[in-house]
Amino acid sequence: MNNETRVDRVNRFVNTLNQARELGLTATEAGQGYLVMELPYSDRIIGNPDTGVIHGGAITTLMDTASGSVMICALDEFELCPTLDLRVDYMRPAEPEKPVFARAEAYRVTRNIIFTRCEAYQEGGETIANCVGTFMRIGKEATPKSYRDLITGDDQ
Amino acid sequence: MTSPDILSHTRETGDFTRMLEAVPYAKWVGLQCERFGDDLIFRLPRKDENLGNPILPAIHGGVIGGFMELSAAIYLMMSQDTFRIPRIVDFSLDYLRAGLNRETYAECHLTRQGNRVANVMVTAWQKSRAQPIATARAHFLLED
Repeated sequence: MNNETRVDRVNRFVNTLNQARELGLTATEAGQGYLVMELPYSDRIIGNPDTGVIHGGAITTLMDTASGSVMICALDEFELCPTLDLRVDYMRPAEPEKPVFARAEAYRVTRNIIFTRCEAYQEGGETIANCVGTFMRIGKEATPKSYRDLITGDDQ
Repeated sequence: MTSPDILSHTRETGDFTRMLEAVPYAKWVGLQCERFGDDLIFRLPRKDENLGNPILPAIHGGVIGGFMELSAAIYLMMSQDTFRIPRIVDFSLDYLRAGLNRETYAECHLTRQGNRVANVMVTAWQKSRAQPIATARAHFLLED
């Protein structure tokens, strides 16, 4: 699978998730076992109206989506993997009016579990938050073939 | 996220409308809060825009996280004697069951309150409190 295919698959997957679509999440880069996802700034997700800083919940959704999509870049076939847990450490508030990026990687893949780590940052490279997660492999058969074909692009 | 003014209004009336109106993210996910005696119950009404997995369908795990995180912050602010803004330090979330496309509830407990740091536990459920869909633990820094 080449990197362009990975980005396409991740974006097709993300587009099926209402909340991710509403937030405007898009994958901008991908490689073997990693991806970068972008969260555009929006007034609607502000947590602190005095400063315009977006709420941690939007960062959590960005990192959950990035970490939950990275298996597409680590496995040849599409498998939907539910989140078991997430741990998020907040380093600093995100600067308003600027997008937040998340770089997620699957650093260990076993028969049952996928271990991920993810860093959220902004232009200039300052870390906003770090996140580690575990995802359960329930097998590709747990997801309908029509949906898997939609993600892999085999439905055309 | 709010002013001393709004906080005292909310304390006196038990009406969270003004407080929640002031936080765009609360409106974004649709968070509601009600007070029963001293207890607070947070509510996340069913909303299609909050879904993740389209097959079940299930609420996006990030939305469940955001709902619980915001619930914890409001709960903590309400539990302080003075006006203090909680700043989240870390958040640890266990997903126990799929959050289906229906109303979700959350309640919080202050596990430990120190001078500057507080530890809050959050439980979220749908059909039955005995079957939580997620539990979370958060640390907050409290600033005067």
